[in-house]
This record gives sequence, structure tokens and C-alpha cells, in this order.
Amino acid sequence: MKILVAVKRVIDYNVQIRVKEDGSGVVTDNVKMSTNPPDDNAIEEAVKLKEAGKASEVIVVSVGDEKAQETVRKALAVGADRGILVKAEGMIEPLAVSKILMKIVGKEKPDLVFMGKQAIDDDCNQTGQMLAALLKWPQATFASKIEVKDKSLEVTREVDEGLETIEVNTPAIITCDLRLNEPRYASLPNIMKAKKKPIEQINASDLSVDTKPRIEQIKVEEPPKRKAGIKVASVEELVQKLKNEAKVI
Amino acid sequence: MSVLLISEHNNKEVKPFTYNAISAASQINEDLHVLVLGSNSENVAKSISEVPNVKKVIHVDNSMYENYLAENYTSAITKISENYSHIICSANTFGKNLMPRVAALLDVSQVSDITKVISEDTFLRPIYAGNAFATVKSNDKIKCVTIRPTSFDPAPTTGGSAEIENGNPGDETSLSKFIKKEEIKSDRPELGTARVVISGGRGMQSGENFKLITAVADKLNAAIGASRAAVDAGYITNDHQVGQTGKVVVPDLYIAVGISGAIQHLAGMKESKVIVAINKDGEAPIFSVADYGLEADLFDALPKFLEELNKLNTIQK
Repeated sequence: MKILVAVKRVIDYNVQIRVKEDGSGVVTDNVKMSTNPPDDNAIEEAVKLKEAGKASEVIVVSVGDEKAQETVRKALAVGADRGILVKAEGMIEPLAVSKILMKIVGKEKPDLVFMGKQAIDDDCNQTGQMLAALLKWPQATFASKIEVKDKSLEVTREVDEGLETIEVNTPAIITCDLRLNEPRYASLPNIMKAKKKPIEQINASDLSVDTKPRIEQIKVEEPPKRKAGIKVASVEELVQKLKNEAKVI
Repeated sequence: MSVLLISEHNNKEVKPFTYNAISAASQINEDLHVLVLGSNSENVAKSISEVPNVKKVIHVDNSMYENYLAENYTSAITKISENYSHIICSANTFGKNLMPRVAALLDVSQVSDITKVISEDTFLRPIYAGNAFATVKSNDKIKCVTIRPTSFDPAPTTGGSAEIENGNPGDETSLSKFIKKEEIKSDRPELGTARVVISGGRGMQSGENFKLITAVADKLNAAIGASRAAVDAGYITNDHQVGQTGKVVVPDLYIAVGISGAIQHLAGMKESKVIVAINKDGEAPIFSVADYGLEADLFDALPKFLEELNKLNTIQK
């Protein structure tokens, strides 16, 4: 069984986001970038399945600029076998990413595609579901537990009401929740080894996919600032303020 | 052209966020149709027909819709999509799972999780966990939009009498199968719609200690929330998680207990009207968004808080 894992390079989750003064986006120059956090869970799950003898190969793919190669390399350092970087400049919308991934799926013929449930930059939560639709494959989104069966997977999904379990036939798309597993750190020897693993580079423009944005970003602005609050000295004062000042209890 | 809203329900009752989605959808265009895909779901169709904002209910009753699966829902929607300018649903786990599947088949670039309708093609949406807001304009012929339910007031539930039309089911697929849903039943208000929310974080130290939170929640008729750290640690189940990848809540009063206030948690609660933080670390980032901060050990403060609440003659419910 072959697993393709899609990863995205995003601004690190700990970075305080700054909006550009001209309203054209957020500041990304000299800002720490990392793998989108739930994509780390996707890689971990694929590598675990390989270690358990259930997967034969783990291929990692990223769509982005030249630097996204670092993100692919990091996945190789924690156990993916080989990488693919689809080079594309600028903002690539989830619809275009899913069309690119569809081409990669056509070429690599994986049995499963894993990715994070949501990218923490655009917060779109679309790509996995879109890829599933284009491929006419089933989807198991927000997965917090995956059990591999003969020709299907049993997946526990985190939904608003609690947990839902569904069975999806393979091939399938799984989007991973942060609670699926605990991603490992790459060891130094494995980081060295990953440098020798192959990363194939493809230009998005060679895949005949239209990557032009359909959505115009008119402006990006800072959220309204919350008025600074006060510190209260005691529980009594807190309750009194909530009752008489804020009038919420 | 009309707007099509996909309703969320359990075949008996309409899920509350459907009403918020209805009010957002009718801001886009008043000619609003609502699709009900269900099994033995007459009551759902009837309830929705009573919403004054709704002009028509399209009801498809078929056993394949007994349980919601995106694979089965999608084709029923795409088959009628050409009659509509917009397809809308709420950006909760229901809509997040469904809408991109619909959008991709229509070759549409979806606009996710909008918090404001600026015009019929332009919307405001949070990005980077709400640390920035983007104004975006969709240029697709059909617009697929999910709405952040807590940013729109729910539509009134009575007074209307829309026509209920029987629609055609989509293609049944055997790609996926529903097995079970472990729903956590509770008499408390729902987290997403509660007037008061009290949340615990890693500072609670154990699931057992959440009883301190529960006691206050009982007194205030509050829903119980949690930070991701508390859910990851197994103190409480995932349906309580508030934050970027959990639920977004906008209560009148949000009480954060033992929560440091990571960006990802703030994303889910910082629009609350009044925020209280109780934390023994005076430098915790949660204090930067709190209207009232109490620097104290929660194990002393929570019992005292309950005691003080008990002294009050009346408490708003």
C-alpha cells in the first residue's frame, strides 16, 4: 500500500502575525516558517503505518515555492521515502492545489492520501475534500483514529457533537486532526540521511493546471483591538464587577 | 437567482446553527431556498418552512440520507446547483466536510468561514486564527460559501409558511459507510450558543478537577469549554475544545480558568463580550484579552467564586 502525504509550508504557529501596512497581506519576510501542524500528524500516521508493515512506501508532496523543499525534506527526515515539490509562485487556492494533487495521484497511484485537516494560514479547510471530490474517492475528514482493514479504513472523526466512526473504501483521502498521534522529532542521523533521499521537482505550469486565483483578495486588515481590561484583587471584587459593572451575571 | 442553503439536522430536529446560516444567506439574497436531505425528516422540512426568511424548502426524503455522509449529500446538491447563484452552509464540522466536495465538482473556489456579508460577492473572513481579516471577492459564477455561525444571529423560527417541494435524491454511493456516532448528551446549553461559557485548561491538572468547573457551570447555566491542551491531556472530550481547530464561541461571558491563552485558543473565544481570566501566572497571554483578570490559584479561586455566586440573590440565566 502506497501513501501520499501532502504538506504545506506555513508561518510557524507561534509567530505573532503582522498585517502589512498597505493591506496586501501579512508579513512573511524574515518570519519563521514550519510545516502546517496537522500535516505533521499526517506524516506521522503514514510513517507509523509503514513501520507496522501496512504501507510499502510513503511519498510526501508539497505545492509551493522553492523553499517548500525544506518542508518536504523535514518529512523525509521523519521517515517518508521520497519527496515531490510542485513549484508554484504566489497564492495557490485550495481548488488549484487539489487539481495539482490530482495530477500527482494520477502519476503515483497511491492507495491513500493523507494531509492535515486545515492549514493554519488561510484556515480554508478545503483541499482534502476537494481532492476527494475530483478523484471520486471517499473522504474521512478530521480523523483522530485510523484503523486499516482489508480494502477499507475505519476512521474515527472529531465532529461537533463528539466522535463519529465511518468506514471508507480505499483508495481514500484522510484529513488528519491534531489528536491523531504525537508527531516525532527527526533525529540528527535521520536528518543527515534525509539529505540523500530524492526530491523530484515539477513545475506547476507543466501540469496544465490553471492556478490563477479565482478569489480576489481586496484587503487584509488587523482585527479590532480589544480594549485593555483590568486586574481584580479578589474573587469578591470579580463577582461584584461582573454583577454591577459588566452586568453579565 | 436564488440562494440555496444546505440544512443540518438529525432527521427530527433542525440543528441550531442552521438558523444562523439562514440569516446570513438571506443577507446575500432574500430569495432563499433551503435543502433538506433526510430520512423520515418531515418534521425538519416543516420546521424550516416556518422560518420567515425562507421562501421555499426542497425536501428530499430517502433512506440513503439516514446518516449524513458528504459523499451521498454532494450529488443531490450539484444536480440542482445551476438554479442558484450561491450555495451556503455553516462552517461547523458539517459544512466544512461537505462544501468543498460540492465546490470542487462545480469547479468553484470556495469562500470559507465568513463573518460578514459585504455584498453578494464580497465577504469578510478571518485568516491566521483571526489575527487578520481578509476582504475577499468571489468571481465564480456559482459562489460556494460557508458562514461562521456565531457571527450571525439566528433567524426567527416561527411566523413563516414557505412552500415545501419534494426534490430528487442524488446518486447513492457505496464509497463510505456510517458506523456510529458517540454523541455526548448533556442538559447544559450547547457550547456554540451558550450565553455563558466556562473553560478549563492545562492548569486544571486532571479530568477529576473539572468538577470545580462543572459546579460553577451549574450555577451560571453555562456550557463547559476547554483548551486544546486539556483535551489532548484527556481531561475532557474533544467536543468541548474551543479554538482555531475546535469551536468558536461568542458568549456574553467567557471564563477562562487555568488557560494560558495560546493564539490558537484566543481564536475561538476573543470575540466574547466579557472575558474573565483566572490564572496564577500573571504574565499569561490570556490576561491581554481579559476584561477582568484574577491572578490567583484556581483551586482557591473557583470554590470561592462559587461561594460568592451563591450569595447573590439572583443570577441571570
